[in-house]
Amino acid sequence: MSVTVYVPGDSSALAVGAGRVARAIAAQAESRGLPVELVRNGSRGAYWLEPLVEVATPAGRIAYGPVREADVSSLFDAGFLDGGDHALALGATDDIPWFANQERLCFRRVGLIDPLDLDAYAAHGGWAGLDAALGMTGADIVKAVTDSGLRGRGGAAFPTGIKWNTVLGAQADRKYIVCNADEGDSGTFSDRMIFEGDPYLLVEGMAIAGIAVGATMGYVYLRSEYPHAFRLFREAIERATAAGILGADVRGSGRTFDLEVRLGAGAYICGEETSLLESLEGKRGQVRFKPPLPALKGLFGKPTVINNVISFASVPDILARGAAWYRDYGVGRSRGTLPIQLGGNLKRGGLVEKAFGVTLRELLYDWGGGSASGRPIRAVQVGGPLGAYLPESQFDTPLDYEAFAALSAMLGHGGIVAFDDSVDMLEQARFAMAFCAIESCGKCTPCRIGSTRGVEVVDRIRASLDREKNLALLRSLSDTMLNGSLCALGGLTPYPVLSALNHFPEDFAPRVAGASASEAARA
Amino acid sequence: MSLAVPRSAPDAPPPPLSDDARRVVADALERLAELPGALLPILHAIQDGLGHVPPAAVPLIAEALNLSRAEVHGVISFYHHFRTVAPGRHVLRLCRAEACQAMGARALEARLLERTGVDFHGTTADGALTIEPVYCLGNCACAPSLMLDDEVHGRVDADALDALLDEVRR
Repeated sequence: MSVTVYVPGDSSALAVGAGRVARAIAAQAESRGLPVELVRNGSRGAYWLEPLVEVATPAGRIAYGPVREADVSSLFDAGFLDGGDHALALGATDDIPWFANQERLCFRRVGLIDPLDLDAYAAHGGWAGLDAALGMTGADIVKAVTDSGLRGRGGAAFPTGIKWNTVLGAQADRKYIVCNADEGDSGTFSDRMIFEGDPYLLVEGMAIAGIAVGATMGYVYLRSEYPHAFRLFREAIERATAAGILGADVRGSGRTFDLEVRLGAGAYICGEETSLLESLEGKRGQVRFKPPLPALKGLFGKPTVINNVISFASVPDILARGAAWYRDYGVGRSRGTLPIQLGGNLKRGGLVEKAFGVTLRELLYDWGGGSASGRPIRAVQVGGPLGAYLPESQFDTPLDYEAFAALSAMLGHGGIVAFDDSVDMLEQARFAMAFCAIESCGKCTPCRIGSTRGVEVVDRIRASLDREKNLALLRSLSDTMLNGSLCALGGLTPYPVLSALNHFPEDFAPRVAGASASEAARA
Repeated sequence: MSLAVPRSAPDAPPPPLSDDARRVVADALERLAELPGALLPILHAIQDGLGHVPPAAVPLIAEALNLSRAEVHGVISFYHHFRTVAPGRHVLRLCRAEACQAMGARALEARLLERTGVDFHGTTADGALTIEPVYCLGNCACAPSLMLDDEVHGRVDADALDALLDEVRR
């Protein structure tokens, strides 16, 4: 009988050699005459252990990692197909504390199965939410989503059920479901992991949304930086359609729901929902004025549910297990779990799904293991390039939308990027403005021109030209952008700028020639 | 003194499409023009086929979609992904975003530009490599990252970068 060996086909795992490891395992098995069935699963999200190889044994899945191509021969010598001991052996995957202490709801299947295997999806609880929804009225589905307390996971944290209810109540000949998969925030990759690890979960969540509000067509807008996810998801749509899950008779219900995936084209602004809709319509991704809300006049002018990947992916379990079950996770007005992405300078980066309420410090040290460089963590940016930089004194903040808002920070899409003490916070503030200048859609003046002026003002501060005047100018400019921009790009760019200025003023102080900011500060 | 408004010389017409390029454009329009919001899928199909969207394709696209040439040009120039000149044999996109910055991307960027002798969006003199910036590849736990053609590389240090450069320029 053949032994099942799992080697992730996730693009991050491939980026650190999983493809070469898989080929080496196949070649060794062949030359040793050992029957092996290779499954290319998604990543479990412990990227610090990738490539993570797992073997199915009678005692469960045993993990080895990080495995390099050169280790494969010795793994066979050690009898890893029977779970044999080896320097890279990690024991039972589920018992590794990094996994065991998580609360994986959205991500419970990611890394377990072949992402395109429909039978595996069904065997691990797939379609239960959709089947439940097909037996309910639209209003009851929307009520369940509302009662669960789910808020938009793309960053804005707007209650999902309220959005759906607006679309449900809108009268129109056509309605649309749109998935915002333009995951542009640096430090985030949870959407990508769903595409590459459990794509049918998104299919199911979007189909439920369609059934709920009476929409028969869904579009996924996926960023062009994810070609691997695009290929996988297109294949997933084809297979789901062939299996009668999508199409004119969703799981035999007589209801229609079709899905199409479209590629973005490298514009960060298209993660803003109205800009995304413009882009889907084939136009420049320029932000629209609101109102009208997309829920009433969205894609092609029709009522549109537009949600992030993780919002849709959270819905099937809410329908299958009930709103109360989901709402029991979390704190305050932040209910359920958040897939948190640990990136940047951390020893153990990856995907940690936890109920709201876990603190930044727990994530950085208990999961993240501290900095990869071994130096002290000095600043942490939460929520992508528009998120605030938090200093060590704020590491005990719990992950909770309101707690972050109180600090003039935001959770955003759950990305956490750690920097050690070699970071120059003036450079980071400058980058925030420069990034805004590159990515501004150009529609409103505070964002389009303010960002360019912002770069210039930071440069003058660095050059010690009229320092006090320019510091005041930077604050005034930030205030204009915050309050005068049309959307979150110009409106939130001041977050990283002002937080750098407020928490790390020493980096904006006059510099000793040749010294970096942090050296100058300590001198 | 002349009162005539000074006018810049009109742009020279773009070089005509080769027969192959014409076929790629025609095929994209044939397959995709009927889609709702067809412009981005068409531009992707052309760039996937030709490596770029040639300016001479713009009037054909505009005609097929009943748009003005200005509208098509405006869309092409809005999106960082689309390019209007042919790239080198390989395209290297280096991530410049924060998670990679935290792991040494700024030094890697300096090394890349110095070793290739071109700036971002430039192509090496031997035509082997075009360098482009990218802001996040979703590989933030294995930073710093770059994408060579369609393949992401993680934990890229100076040695790994040098090896990749040697490989593509061989």
